[in-house]
Amino acid sequence: MKLTVRVWRQAGPAAEGRLVAYPVDDVSPEMSFLELLDVLNQRLIEEGDEPVAFDHDCREGICGSCGVVINGRAHGPERTTSCQLHLRSFADGDVIDVEPWRAAGFPIIKDLVVDRSALDRIVQAGGYVSAPTGSAPDAHATPVPKPDADLAFDNATCIGCGACVAACPNGSATLFTAAKVTHLSLLPQGGPERASRVLDMVEAMDAEGFGGCTNTGECVASCPKGIPFASIATLNREYLAASRSGRR
Amino acid sequence: MADYRVGDPIADTKTPPVPLEQRWDERKFAAKLVNPANRRRHRVIVVGTGLAGGSAGATLAEQGYHVVQFCFQDSPRRAHSVAAQGGINAAKNYRNDGDSVYRLFHDTVKGGDFRARESNVYRLAQVSAQIIDQAVAQGVPFAREYGGLLDTRSFGGVQVQRTFYARGQTGQQLLIGAYQALSRQIDAGNVELHARTEMLDLVVAGGRARGIVARDLVTGEITTHLADAVVLATGGYGNVFSLSTNAKGSNATAIWRAHKRGAYFANPCFTQIHPTCIPRSGEHQSKLTLMSESLRNDGRIWVPKQAGDTRPPGEIPEDERDYYLERLYPSFGNLVPRDIASRAAKNVCDAGFGVGPGGLGVYLDFADAIARLGRPAIEARYGNLFDMYQRITAEDPYAVPMRIYPAIHYTMGGLWVDYDLQSTIPGLFVIGEANFSDHGANRLGASALMQGLADGYFVLPATVNDYLGGTRLDDVPESAVLEVETEVRERISRLLAVRGTRSVDSFHRELGLLMWDHCGMSRTREGLRKALDRVPGLRAEFWRDVRIPGGGAELNQELEKANRVADFLELAELMLVDALAREESCGGHFREEHQTSSGEALRDDENFAHVAAWEYGAEPVLHREELVFEHVHPTQRSYT
Repeated sequence: MKLTVRVWRQAGPAAEGRLVAYPVDDVSPEMSFLELLDVLNQRLIEEGDEPVAFDHDCREGICGSCGVVINGRAHGPERTTSCQLHLRSFADGDVIDVEPWRAAGFPIIKDLVVDRSALDRIVQAGGYVSAPTGSAPDAHATPVPKPDADLAFDNATCIGCGACVAACPNGSATLFTAAKVTHLSLLPQGGPERASRVLDMVEAMDAEGFGGCTNTGECVASCPKGIPFASIATLNREYLAASRSGRR
Repeated sequence: MADYRVGDPIADTKTPPVPLEQRWDERKFAAKLVNPANRRRHRVIVVGTGLAGGSAGATLAEQGYHVVQFCFQDSPRRAHSVAAQGGINAAKNYRNDGDSVYRLFHDTVKGGDFRARESNVYRLAQVSAQIIDQAVAQGVPFAREYGGLLDTRSFGGVQVQRTFYARGQTGQQLLIGAYQALSRQIDAGNVELHARTEMLDLVVAGGRARGIVARDLVTGEITTHLADAVVLATGGYGNVFSLSTNAKGSNATAIWRAHKRGAYFANPCFTQIHPTCIPRSGEHQSKLTLMSESLRNDGRIWVPKQAGDTRPPGEIPEDERDYYLERLYPSFGNLVPRDIASRAAKNVCDAGFGVGPGGLGVYLDFADAIARLGRPAIEARYGNLFDMYQRITAEDPYAVPMRIYPAIHYTMGGLWVDYDLQSTIPGLFVIGEANFSDHGANRLGASALMQGLADGYFVLPATVNDYLGGTRLDDVPESAVLEVETEVRERISRLLAVRGTRSVDSFHRELGLLMWDHCGMSRTREGLRKALDRVPGLRAEFWRDVRIPGGGAELNQELEKANRVADFLELAELMLVDALAREESCGGHFREEHQTSSGEALRDDENFAHVAAWEYGAEPVLHREELVFEHVHPTQRSYT
């Protein structure tokens, strides 16, 4: 296949960025999207140019490192991560725009690399169960109904890639926060900190400069792990209940 | 032709001289303690945030130490433990199927082909049950039965169901548990996190590990961080082979730098080839993807009985298929250990029976399981793995069998550690895949998660206590810091100054291919010798001709790769020397010269029942740690 990629090039956080078009010949449909960038980079290096910087690591859709906006969609046309998108999703001769996540909460570092540490700080604010090592009772001490465990798992599969934020017209991190709140509030182990967790995480989310949620649903459409839309409702319900409980 | 020198044997592993079952209790009781009020005055560096590093950092911080933690990824949640799929072993015996601490210990020593240290393995089995308790308390959503209790499944090399799992994403879920515990400590101010920061060297002063030199990957700034103890939890070195199931960033730099500063490197040639990976599709392939071993619970592996049969699998009748694992190993069938399954796949493919492009593949077929259990049951067990397979290959594994082929997956070798997980440099501890200790010559499935978390949650925190409680530390002289920092800076300047013609990746691929051909699934004296002749030349070419665009004071991903590949080019040589020195076959180390008449690995217990611990030098120095088997007596492993 022959493709043209128009890639966002930006030398640093304060530098001006622009789309630069590169023709890439000699790629095949079974290659992944990041392998397309690999091929481009090898050529740029050979020609003495600087390769395109992009985050990636596991390349099997689980670490959450990669993530670029492809033709205006976070992670591109399929519901998966950028690393698991394959060129068979494109047609020979296509022109493909590749941009970084764009959101106030994700400052650009270089080219396609952004700073997503705000997501870590939301988790640090309360996205955990306080269970110091050594303090745990036997794992079977508290049975958990299978449907609860399964739904908790569905929410826990979030990989923290930030596609939800990039897809949202408001740059909101609500789906990310909702997934963690839902995961832990469904489990008995998460019960004691249920109220403080949701209040602290939402406060941290707001402080990081993410926008508010207007139930647009773009986040869910772009989520490679299928975090359910209903989790946002759970977050709102948990937040309301916690606010009224007066417990912090 | 000598490639190495033999040094003194390792006499003391610090294992307490009491019966096996009492050793860990005895060690914990004898360990010195640090007064809780004094702990915050101690700084402990932890490099890596995977299962081992994340759990260690969180636990040390909970105990009151000031932890300074590093990861090269942008977040601690991305460490490659996240990609582990199938499960975690624990001797809970919830199934009442005859499991016990002793059986897990026994299976692990046997699975490792009698090349692991009994004391460490027994302790691993002892603490395994606590890991499950800990993870559940953190909210890790393991798979459950309808009654609300935890579900378990089988894994290779074992006849009990002791593997706990969270669909095909067990590593992710356990890692997030550890990450959340770590996050809690970051918020509490007990952990100082440096993400996007890579360790490039170790500071040793007064004979003790006292800090690291690291590069901020965003600004390029080189800084030294000092501490009272250093913990390396930096994972394995499978990326020496270039194409592996490891993440692209997984590297050996931290352990290799520590090795060059005095830490012995043990059994570098013990690498694991995982039998069930998606075969490569073309030359631009950047990595290989694993399909969990758990699939072998329900999938049946076969090839056509007729070599070169190009019919689609569905058109090959039952009696023209060779279910070779079931035929060769009737009692374990498709669940033989990884080394055996991998070699069997290689053998059938080498003999011309392989399927798919280039004949480098075998079928993993779920038709029987789907007929027996129904598609929904298979979806519930393996749904995400089937989706991943379909996404990569564009084939539907519910309808046609998967094609799989072995690939480099894990490294059993690593820095040598004693019973306390301390390396030969006092104050330098090594945990998880980065050390060598528990898996011998072959790791059983679902044991990596167990070991990483055992080391990080339960073992290391006790032994670090003992070290800090029993050691008087002087100030680190500025000269010691300056020396290491200067070396790091000079190395980076040298790399950037080459301005050659070849990319880092082209060197990495060449090295990987060489190692796969000669130090991969099957090794010969001649092949190893050939690779050993080539590696120094390739290394010289690298330093003469590598091209790294950009500068050092910025985000420069080519420079990051170059630093790592430069170390792989050195480590590869030690792997070859080790593989050549070990004149036997055991586990993942298969030397063609040493095999039984039926083609199985032939150990030489008389001469090689030892750990090969290498000291760095112009000529590596071999220190042997003799392995003593008081409980599990070496026999030829039989899974037939």
